[in-house]
Amino acid sequence: MSLFELRDISYSYPSSARPALEEVSLGVAEGSLCALIGPNGSGKSTLLRVMLGELSPTAGSVAYAGRVPGSWNRREIATRIAFVPQAEPMAFPMTVKALVEMGRYPHTGILGRMGSNDRAAIDQAMERAGVADLAARSIRNLSGGERQRARIARALAQEPSVLVLDEPTAALDLHFEMETFELMRELTEERAFTVIVATHNLNLASRYASRLVLLADGRVEAMGCPDEVMTADTISRVYRWPVIVSPLDEEGSGRGMPQVVPLSSGSPNAAG
Amino acid sequence: MTRQAALLFGLFGSFVAAVGIALMVGAVGLSVPDVAAALRGAADAQTQTIVTGLRLPRVLLAAEVGAGLAVAGAVFQALLRNPLAEPYVLGVSSGAAVGAVVAIVFGFTTVSLLALPIAAFIGAAAAITLVLAMAAAAGRGLDTHVLLLAGVVIGAFFNALILLLVNFADLETFRAAMLWIMGSFSGASTEGVVTVGFWVIPALVGLSLLARPLNLLSVGEQSAFHLGVDVSRLKLLLYVGTSLVVGVCVAGSGAIGFVGLVVPHALRLVGGSDHRWLLPACALAGATFLVFADTIARTVVAPAELPVGVVTALAGVPVFLWLLIRHEEGA
Repeated sequence: MSLFELRDISYSYPSSARPALEEVSLGVAEGSLCALIGPNGSGKSTLLRVMLGELSPTAGSVAYAGRVPGSWNRREIATRIAFVPQAEPMAFPMTVKALVEMGRYPHTGILGRMGSNDRAAIDQAMERAGVADLAARSIRNLSGGERQRARIARALAQEPSVLVLDEPTAALDLHFEMETFELMRELTEERAFTVIVATHNLNLASRYASRLVLLADGRVEAMGCPDEVMTADTISRVYRWPVIVSPLDEEGSGRGMPQVVPLSSGSPNAAG
Repeated sequence: MTRQAALLFGLFGSFVAAVGIALMVGAVGLSVPDVAAALRGAADAQTQTIVTGLRLPRVLLAAEVGAGLAVAGAVFQALLRNPLAEPYVLGVSSGAAVGAVVAIVFGFTTVSLLALPIAAFIGAAAAITLVLAMAAAAGRGLDTHVLLLAGVVIGAFFNALILLLVNFADLETFRAAMLWIMGSFSGASTEGVVTVGFWVIPALVGLSLLARPLNLLSVGEQSAFHLGVDVSRLKLLLYVGTSLVVGVCVAGSGAIGFVGLVVPHALRLVGGSDHRWLLPACALAGATFLVFADTIARTVVAPAELPVGVVTALAGVPVFLWLLIRHEEGA
């Protein structure tokens, strides 16, 4: 049975006539790395918000571990599912350590007194996300990549079994982007995490994810393993740009996975 | 002892000192033994009247209102993720003042002792609802400029309403209007101290218990939600709590501005933004600040008296401008 089960989900924002999601059905298996891809405005973020109980679907049903996400006690679900947003306001100065400590909120009482297991979880999370030596730095003085890793550390400090990331690498350079995808794979393979990530990087999604969900205009356009979803036909049509797709010719994980190369307008293949 | 605990002790010490000084200075200067004797009830009749009859209620009321406004300011700043948010700047204090004046002008206050604080609470809640609705209608949610503009416009409108209402009433028009618009502790009484304390002290304890979820709100409502905070319930509690505090404080002493801006900002600089520390520190420092400001207000042009809001605005506006410039620079 799937960990997340979505049936015929539709959602419309109150201010908009066009539905953001239409009849989306999908399941996410426990321990899988599932990547949500699709053009801007295709409904990726909305789908994540519905799956996590932030929005209630206009029609259809969502279940996490057999229950509607909105019916969970917030603290209870926050010890199981952690979320890393695209960006966050930073109204007041705060150290990396203080940010990561927020991850212990669902585990501690009203005064927030932390025990040795809480402190161990914080240290381990900072270590894992590579921000241990930034602990005393102010979050405002970090680079975009360091800041994003601090937020991933906070999510790990929640000690969840599901990690959901909304375009975590949108503002990151190649190094941080690769580190983030490597981390996601390690979490699923070594620690039996379930990872759901919305991303614009089709090639890394194809290399690292076990399952792709391609959204277009609020509908599921294609779903399955990378070979099934990443075809030149499908990608060209959905992104309205000619592409060629070829298997990755590289040692290591992701070998043979389909990789997309968009064509420039002068290219002979661009006509199709 | 941690730095923050040391700072709290220091703040408590300055609060005690401020109260002591405020009891000593005035038209009749008193010595420390005079004040100490009066507090024990062992002074001569005249000293006794000056200390426990006149100055003590005024000092205690200033302390309660200062604590309330400073904590309300810190909570608004975290709620709106905006270091410039403050009950007076947002027009909430003016809304509370309109509520209080309506209750007085229409004679509700003769029906029940509860009428004044309840009317001021309703006025405060209506003002914050209006400001948020205006900002939302402008389509940019919590955008700093829109929020501040909405607050200023609503505040100006409510101040005009106060002047209008006061003109209809048979009050000493101008003085009464100035009292509500700029704030003053000249009418302080023991009953006033008890009434304000009855509402404000429990509300401040309640708000302090929400310090941890409030910390999480400063990284945004979406992140707070996923860290385990029931955001809509928390926001409702915080808005009700701050409206109650601001309403009762304004009902007690009029709309005093900038306490909620200056105090939290200074404290964040020295002790950081963790609300578990910041809220109690704001209560102590806000009380100290307003006791001092009121002592200046009643002594600097003696035998006349300044509205205390004049003193807090003179101190607060430069801080506001400095914060605004820094905010614009994206610091």
